Amino acid sequence: MIPLQSADVLPQWTALAPALALATTALVLFVIDSIDPDSMDSGLLAGVSTIGALASAGISGWFLVAGTGMSRTGGAIELFGGQLVVDGMALFFMFVFASVLALVTVASYDYLEGQPHQAEYYSLMLLATTGMALMASANSLATAFVSLELASLPSFALVAFLKNNRGSVEAGLKYFLIGALSSSVFVYGISLVYAATGRLQLAAIADVIASGEALDPGVLGVGILMIVGGVAYKTASVPFHFWAPEAYEGAPAPVSGFLSSASKAAGFVLAFRIFTVAFPLDVITGVAVDWGVAFTALAVLTMTLGNFAAATQDTVKRMLAYSSIGHAGYALIGLAVLSGAADQSFALGASMMHLLVYGFMNTGAFLFVALAEYWGVGRTFEDYNGLATQAPIACTAMTVFLFSLAGLPIGGGFWSKYFLLVAATGASAWLLAAALIVNSALSLFYYSRVVKAMWIEEPDGSFEVSSYPTGLYAAVITAGVMTFLLLVGFGPVSATATDAAAMLF
Amino acid sequence: MLVELLIVTALLSSVLVMLAPDEYAGQFAAALSLVPVAASLWMYSVFDGSGNALLAGSQPAFETVAEWITLGAYTINWHVGLDGVSMPLIVLTTVLTTLAIISAWTPIDERQSQFYGLVLFMEAALIGVFAALDFFLWFVFWEAVLVPMYLLIGVWGGPRRKYAAIKFFVYTNVASLVMFVGFFALVFGLGDSISSLGLPAIAQALNAGELGSLAGIDPPMLKLLAFIAMFGGFAVKVPVVPFHTWLPDAHVEAPTPVSVLLAGVLLKMGTYALLRFNFTMLADVARANAEIIAIFAVVSIIYGALLALAQQDLKRIVAYSSISSMGYVILGLVAFTPHGLGGATFQMISHGLISGLMFMAVGVIYNETHTRMIGDMSGMADRMPVTAGVFVAAAFGYMGLPLMSGFAAEVLVFLGSFQSEVIQAAPLFTSIAMFGIVIVAGYLLRAMQKTLFGPFRLETDYEIGRAPFQDIAPLIVLLLLVIALGVAPDLFYKMIQDSIAPMVELGELGGGA
Repeated sequence: MIPLQSADVLPQWTALAPALALATTALVLFVIDSIDPDSMDSGLLAGVSTIGALASAGISGWFLVAGTGMSRTGGAIELFGGQLVVDGMALFFMFVFASVLALVTVASYDYLEGQPHQAEYYSLMLLATTGMALMASANSLATAFVSLELASLPSFALVAFLKNNRGSVEAGLKYFLIGALSSSVFVYGISLVYAATGRLQLAAIADVIASGEALDPGVLGVGILMIVGGVAYKTASVPFHFWAPEAYEGAPAPVSGFLSSASKAAGFVLAFRIFTVAFPLDVITGVAVDWGVAFTALAVLTMTLGNFAAATQDTVKRMLAYSSIGHAGYALIGLAVLSGAADQSFALGASMMHLLVYGFMNTGAFLFVALAEYWGVGRTFEDYNGLATQAPIACTAMTVFLFSLAGLPIGGGFWSKYFLLVAATGASAWLLAAALIVNSALSLFYYSRVVKAMWIEEPDGSFEVSSYPTGLYAAVITAGVMTFLLLVGFGPVSATATDAAAMLF
Repeated sequence: MLVELLIVTALLSSVLVMLAPDEYAGQFAAALSLVPVAASLWMYSVFDGSGNALLAGSQPAFETVAEWITLGAYTINWHVGLDGVSMPLIVLTTVLTTLAIISAWTPIDERQSQFYGLVLFMEAALIGVFAALDFFLWFVFWEAVLVPMYLLIGVWGGPRRKYAAIKFFVYTNVASLVMFVGFFALVFGLGDSISSLGLPAIAQALNAGELGSLAGIDPPMLKLLAFIAMFGGFAVKVPVVPFHTWLPDAHVEAPTPVSVLLAGVLLKMGTYALLRFNFTMLADVARANAEIIAIFAVVSIIYGALLALAQQDLKRIVAYSSISSMGYVILGLVAFTPHGLGGATFQMISHGLISGLMFMAVGVIYNETHTRMIGDMSGMADRMPVTAGVFVAAAFGYMGLPLMSGFAAEVLVFLGSFQSEVIQAAPLFTSIAMFGIVIVAGYLLRAMQKTLFGPFRLETDYEIGRAPFQDIAPLIVLLLLVIALGVAPDLFYKMIQDSIAPMVELGELGGGA
């Protein structure tokens, strides 16, 4: 196969096209806003954002199929002196971010009806996604930090977007404070690693450590642990998860869906690349800390805490927020089992698959909450009573999301959880396997509470579904269909993810 | 391609019915559900499978294998095919679904399109359960049955429906999880000796003694643990005493058409899975522990019947009697004789028809009287002669009246278990089990005498009339089927025997235990 990014077809830099499409769209939105700053024409803004997101998703999907940056077309494409790299994993995650973004922008069209500052909303969202796309291809600690900040700063503003809503503003402030703290931990970790190795580029760090020239294993070890902390913040893992329930609950529901799916996945792709490329286990073991153990502990704690906390919640949005912490724990399994895994690319691939499926089912669930908020339905489980009598199609989609999140074979979540289980047992990580099974069983309990409320309980007449917003409906149903299709057509996803992960080893 | 066609037709019908207006949903669903009925009957008439689909030397009918997902070392295939055990169950599923839909026309009066859509969705999943020959595919369908059932009980059920639905959901899901863990212990223990998760590959590898040790547990112990986990998981579904407590709640609260499907088809998922997994894949463990399993069976038969004897609610009586009847299936299976295994399979079909018939008859009476308590009514035969007649016929079918399918099934099971060389003291177990029939006769005769005969008495403020034709028609059809299978059991028994025969010797040489 002729590589797409070869001299005859496309220049090398086009490999970044998914990220460039997002950045360009953000700029276009600024231009539109400067032409007509007072415009309330949300159709134009949402339309442009969605087109940009779909273009980005389409290009990354096309590149994945064409094999850009895959080993079969000549390997990863390094750009800007190796500061950025485009390979299968980068494209895979760009696809995830752009798909989530497309769902969220379509849904926001209705959700933001009548709100001021819509252009800012959409351009912040596009910029945050650009940052995430760059996180996926960051190949040095410097670009990693810069792109992390590019993804984070717009997110703070987005959480606090509803300026007159105290919850939203409070959530934004909390998110910002913890974000600032975690970013400083992260950047301090980077500085320690730089101090110990004298390198910022990921592969170069590994070379220095392997050659034994690293300054001081202690400094390096502390640096690595601080980087683990920074990543844990972005992925909303224990012990840096405190911001997540507040931010997700206070933020506008589409933003919650965006943050808990795309932003979390961005944290993971950063972690995958940093830890497998800069601190590969065969190099790091015996020199500094064995981060496999750290991630095992984090994974078990995160999934257990997330699920137990989710089981005790009263409001649907907060339950989803905690469940999203639980899912971060599942996705950590891929990193945690790397040391013992017989097939490392399969283990990492399983986490990638889970994040892809999660992108659709979790975003869909939050968008359903957005739909409920749009209708003026309350926040608690009881407020959802009898919703299915008035909105059966949306409730069917929500049922698919929830059961798929729980791991029932009604959506792609079944496969990705199962692949994680196989990865854990393949590495003889019985503790992780047991935690995964027990937590999945527990999660079924609280997810089915929502299903029960929607379908079985009688409506108490406190709300009236009078309109069916096109954008929100389209987004929720698309996400539902995608979640279901991922059950049927999981083969290409798992093959792509495993191939992409294989390039890191 | 025919199996896929069946599933896709049912799924499409489900979507179409969901979108249809409530007024016509019932008729529309019934009409659409005739397509799978016709297709499955046609498949039955051209059925050319031979042997047991899980064992070597077999040729399942309508088989398709297509690669679906590659999973590390394993391939997950879309693998479906029918043998003599699954073919009759698929016919049972399609026929009962149509009849259940018709019987729902009277009692279901809200959110009809959703109700019928869910029933058709469940039909698709049930067909999948019986046709799948790959573990994953099977598991997908197996779990997919639970969701519509949960909603059908929870939304359209009686006063305590929420409790019953949750109990059903939690029980069966926990059971699935236990079974899943047990099965995967086997898959991981087999390691490299299998390259797909196809049930035939796994069954043959296990019977060839290729199981290795896993996590320090040696093969015989691993087999035993997996057997216990899987038996426990499926026993909830069957249900076997003491895992039966969800059943009466689910049945009593479920609307009648749902009870028909629950008793008629869903319980068979459990016995079907036991036959496929425990008694085919781990036949040697089943043989080694035959007495213990037989004790479970006999306890279910007797205890279930005694529980039925103590009930005052007609529906509860029928519900508990299912526990008893399913005990016969277990007893037949564990006998490992041609008649035992064949009779057990035949009993699955026969019980599906008869219990469906009983539930429908109770439902028809309830539609008119709005009560199911024995003490509330008497002399119903006076007002509802046809319904009462069918009820009596069904009850006799249950008791094993010759020339009805129940007789054929029970005779075969008893013959089989009596001759069993696997169970020590087989005649003793058999004779205790036969005593169950006496209790069955006891509670059914009592129930009929009190409700159907004697002077008419029912405290209502309206006139009780005859049941409408649409309620009676499915009863008559089912009754005719019960009689047809009683007169000519070979309609199904021949193909069942063909598939069961290879199982009789299974595990005898002691593959690894």
